[in-house]
Amino acid sequence: MSLLDVENLWVKFPTRQGVVEAVRGISFSLGRERLGIVGESGSGKSMTGRAILRLIRPPGIVEADQIALEGQNLLDLTEKDMRAVRGERISMVMQDPKFSLNPVMRVGDQIMEAYLLHNKVGKVEARKRSLEMLQAVSIRDPERVMRAYPHEMSGGMGQRIMIAMMLIPNPQILIADEPTSALDVSVQRQVLNIMDDLVKQRGMGLIFISHDLNLVSEFCDRVLIMYAGRIVEVCDADKLHQATHPYTRGLLNSLPRLDQPRAKLEVLSRDPTWSEAPSVGGRA
Amino acid sequence: MALSENTRERRVRASLAPWLKGVLVALGSVSITMLGLLLITFIIGRVMPIDPVLAIVGERASQTTYDAVYEQLGLDKPLLVQFLYYLWDVLHGDFGMSLLNARPVSEDIKRVFPATLELATLGTLIGVLLGVPLGVIAAVRRGSWIDQIARVVALVGYSMPIFWLGLMGLLIFYGVLGWVGGPGRLDIFYQDIVPTRTGMILIDSAIAGEWGVFRNAFSHIILPATLLGYYSLAYISRMTRSFMLEQMSAEYITTARVKGMSERQVIWGHAFRNIRVQLITVIALSYANLLEGSVLTEIIFSWPGIGSYITTALLSADMNAVLGGTVVVGLIFICLNLFSDLLYRVFDPRSK
Repeated sequence: MSLLDVENLWVKFPTRQGVVEAVRGISFSLGRERLGIVGESGSGKSMTGRAILRLIRPPGIVEADQIALEGQNLLDLTEKDMRAVRGERISMVMQDPKFSLNPVMRVGDQIMEAYLLHNKVGKVEARKRSLEMLQAVSIRDPERVMRAYPHEMSGGMGQRIMIAMMLIPNPQILIADEPTSALDVSVQRQVLNIMDDLVKQRGMGLIFISHDLNLVSEFCDRVLIMYAGRIVEVCDADKLHQATHPYTRGLLNSLPRLDQPRAKLEVLSRDPTWSEAPSVGGRA
Repeated sequence: MALSENTRERRVRASLAPWLKGVLVALGSVSITMLGLLLITFIIGRVMPIDPVLAIVGERASQTTYDAVYEQLGLDKPLLVQFLYYLWDVLHGDFGMSLLNARPVSEDIKRVFPATLELATLGTLIGVLLGVPLGVIAAVRRGSWIDQIARVVALVGYSMPIFWLGLMGLLIFYGVLGWVGGPGRLDIFYQDIVPTRTGMILIDSAIAGEWGVFRNAFSHIILPATLLGYYSLAYISRMTRSFMLEQMSAEYITTARVKGMSERQVIWGHAFRNIRVQLITVIALSYANLLEGSVLTEIIFSWPGIGSYITTALLSADMNAVLGGTVVVGLIFICLNLFSDLLYRVFDPRSK
């Protein structure tokens, strides 16, 4: 059985101008693998991640036949039970550590808090575990970092702290929502490798949300391509360059390539039928 | 060895320096502001078309008496010298004599200020204890009935004249229902029972263990304090609401939720921590406002505070009393600003 099975997921936002449908009936599953979700801004990829954690706040509406975590439909859970799922079983790393860490709390307190929420242990034990976790994300001076405030950290450090914080309760699934988009190119790879190692070691499932096709094709096992709230294509990551859907092809062709230099890059031309075509199933 | 000792020393000095520098800068700016304040009050005292000599000697005094007092007041000296004298006196707590009752102004202020302090403190407490939670709840449940109520409460607080509310309060709670004491700080029967220590009757009576006096004083202060508290509540709850709204949409709130925290923990443990700094400024400002003495409230409730003192002095051209009162009010403003600056440093790690 797969770790996570999402069936017919919809995310809607009622506005004065009518209902905006951010995600329109997508289905996919996640095993102990690295699943990439790519798409442009507004394609619904972030909303998908947040809907799985039931983090869409009213007036937003999440509907699905099921969002099953090891057979348990998350939509049936009470808010209290859902809190036991968040962090402990499914976790999420967000885009920019500058905003996703609390600016007035020490880094150590924030990490310990994540551990203490799901483990009935004392502060000493939590502190010890936090230091180990910081070491696991290759932070050289964990004692100092524990006492530091987020604004004293660089972006790469901040994102590693975020990863440490989100993995410390040992979840089964990590949703990484554009985890490297706010980082310098030079540290992107480093942060990705750390995340990748930890996910592999622990046998976790990873949902990697990104708009960077090349990154996803290198880093993931399987890729869902989203367009206008639907999945338009599913393929193995190493075969992404053989993708057939015109949208995927268009995206690929709009990227410059070192091995095939071109005088002029293609501009993506959109076909209105893409957004009307039914969603492709994303089950493995 | 010597080198490491040296670096350690340097490190200690480096960690101390910014803190010390901060305090020195704060003190420097406070003294400059104080000096400016004194200069302005001094100038006001000189340019007012009130002859201080005439106010003392009366209209029918002879020219020699007039000249003698003129000299006695130091008015024949150059302005700069006069200012230095004034500065010297004020720094020694001497604001001159009240022209109205021929007592030192400083003694008058010592008598009236505690009354205002007591009222303003209780009012601010009410405003903070009710206003902050109301603002937080209104932000978290945006658009709910409680938010609407908070909005109406604040709007009424902003727009209703205090003298009308005060009179209505007295009419209903004192005149008709008899739940609270009337104007003044104490019923006549309870006056002069407890010795004056702080000048705040609630505290003095509690120290003396005179609970009858305490209860009576409380019944007198509660209505004006609630009234002032209501006005500061209106302001504090609105500001709290908008600060919280800003924080609740921040990304670190999502992080806290992803960790599996309850909404209560998210709101008070994360979002509220981030508005403390802004809230301190708002509360300090509203406290300073009340400490200035709410003239209308003090007059309606016959409260012998600094607001009504300054007003009376102004209406009877008692310049020494007016200036003395103004300096005290200015000093309070400056001190509260300094205090909120210091708390800023404590609560916001980024300000270090």
